[in-house]
Amino acid sequence: MNTLAATLPRRLLPALSLDTLAAWLLAIVWIFPLLYAVWAAFHPPAFMVRFELLAPLTLENFKTAWGQAPFARYYLNTFGLVTGVVAAQFVVCTLAAFAFARFPVPGKNALFLLVLIQLFVFPEVLIVENYRIASDLGLIDTIAGMGLPYVASAFGIFLLRQTFKTIPRELEDAARIEGCSWLGVLWKVYVPLAKPTYLAYALVSISHHWNNFLWPLVVTNSVASRPLTVGLGVFSAPETGVNWATVSAATLLSIAPLLVAFLLFQRQFVQSFLRAGIR
Amino acid sequence: MTLTAHRKLQLYGALLLLPAALLLGLFAYLPTISTVIQSLFLPGFRGAPPEFVGLDNYRYLFEDPKFWLVARNNLIYALGTIPTSMALSLAMALLVNRQLPGRGLVRMAYFTPTILPMIAAANIWMFFYAPQIGLFNKLLGAFGLGGMNWLGDPGVALYSIIVMSVWKEAGFFMLFYLAALQAIPPELKEAADLEGTSRWRFFWRVTFPLLMPTTLFVLINALINAVRVVDHLFILTKGGPNNATNLLLYYVYENAFAFFDRTTAATITVVILLVLAVVATLKFTLLDRRTHYQ
Repeated sequence: MNTLAATLPRRLLPALSLDTLAAWLLAIVWIFPLLYAVWAAFHPPAFMVRFELLAPLTLENFKTAWGQAPFARYYLNTFGLVTGVVAAQFVVCTLAAFAFARFPVPGKNALFLLVLIQLFVFPEVLIVENYRIASDLGLIDTIAGMGLPYVASAFGIFLLRQTFKTIPRELEDAARIEGCSWLGVLWKVYVPLAKPTYLAYALVSISHHWNNFLWPLVVTNSVASRPLTVGLGVFSAPETGVNWATVSAATLLSIAPLLVAFLLFQRQFVQSFLRAGIR
Repeated sequence: MTLTAHRKLQLYGALLLLPAALLLGLFAYLPTISTVIQSLFLPGFRGAPPEFVGLDNYRYLFEDPKFWLVARNNLIYALGTIPTSMALSLAMALLVNRQLPGRGLVRMAYFTPTILPMIAAANIWMFFYAPQIGLFNKLLGAFGLGGMNWLGDPGVALYSIIVMSVWKEAGFFMLFYLAALQAIPPELKEAADLEGTSRWRFFWRVTFPLLMPTTLFVLINALINAVRVVDHLFILTKGGPNNATNLLLYYVYENAFAFFDRTTAATITVVILLVLAVVATLKFTLLDRRTHYQ
């Protein structure tokens, strides 16, 4: 992406063309809602719709939000959920992808198609029955219950299988000759060479599960397991009557870590989404 | 000897697949099958076994005007969000694919909504749409115009939801268009410039056809999102007023967890699964055949 930008002839900045104007106008419209939330969160409630440059800044809204709902616990739950899901996905999808890429499993192609179905049949579409299954397994209101349906991700299996298939067999043979077990080959040859894929997959998966709402809402029913999104949903439900400055602050609190990570590692995020998308 | 070695490999492969197979079975195939089964039965009262009723549950569902209202909403929602967000995302990609002061910032502005959870986005838009103190009505008021009931008026609410969804997803699709645009060889543009082809003509004759695989890919994703993402309804409208913004998956949720009518919920789920099956077929036939040429 950037190599192209670099090879373009460096001209003087183009005059303020219509395109530039349109691009900037659209950008301002697009970022405005987020900027507005920042404005509302850092000013006293009286300034919600009064835009004065010198309006006093305050952290009061954040304090109130933090005091009114157990955000620390929500953070912990989301953090546990995201790390748990990504770690489990890595293990399960790696093993399956390795089998699909390299082992003569009978009926492999049919099985692989069966896996791909999960790209369309998501856990949240099956909430009714998945709830029953989670409840039979005693997983209601647990972090495992929130994450487990997503662990065997068709997307992850697909992505890793594609990567594994591009790795030359000679490397594998060399390792086998040196007496490596199959798991040793996987661990020493395949996994290190697929690092960029793991990174891309992790970033996509982290942002998905940090933001996931419907299934966690269904499967949790107490503060002990609720993630940030569900906590935020409960907190800001209009009927609870919390004031908006506080809701803004709570909203920013729940998006901050991911947003900051995104702003810092923009290129990696964008590349990951692209890599994950173009399949 | 070689046969046993082969057998060993087969067994090994099967073992590697086992964890994924178990989990997929438990949380994808089993629930799919039991959803279908459940949609063919009526629950027995007082511990009686469920009664097989064939397609009766579907007949009831299709006779229910509320179901058709929700299905129609979802169709309008899809028709409202998909072409708009696709056109906008393509426009965004074209805008940031050229020399532009502050291009990084502009691109970031377009993309950032994508990284937010839908719940947070809905919270933010709630400030815009709220009846008295909401920003939109304040703005209208400043111009001496009467406010609208953005989320309370059954004729308007669904469109308010659509606008928010477009805002949320356009930036994501832009990424794919941008990547595709950057893969178009610059010689094409140079040749067209030599011949004096207008920008408009170049776009429709060259760029747009070359972007076709991307357009299909984005379309499939947008279709899936139109069925799958209903998080914002929980904050903005709860499907109201009077079901004016209710969408299929939200309706499933309501039936299962608010009305405790699992049978109806399962029946609607099967309808959703059929829609997704159509999308999947579309993907595996149209998209996968085309993208090979890329």
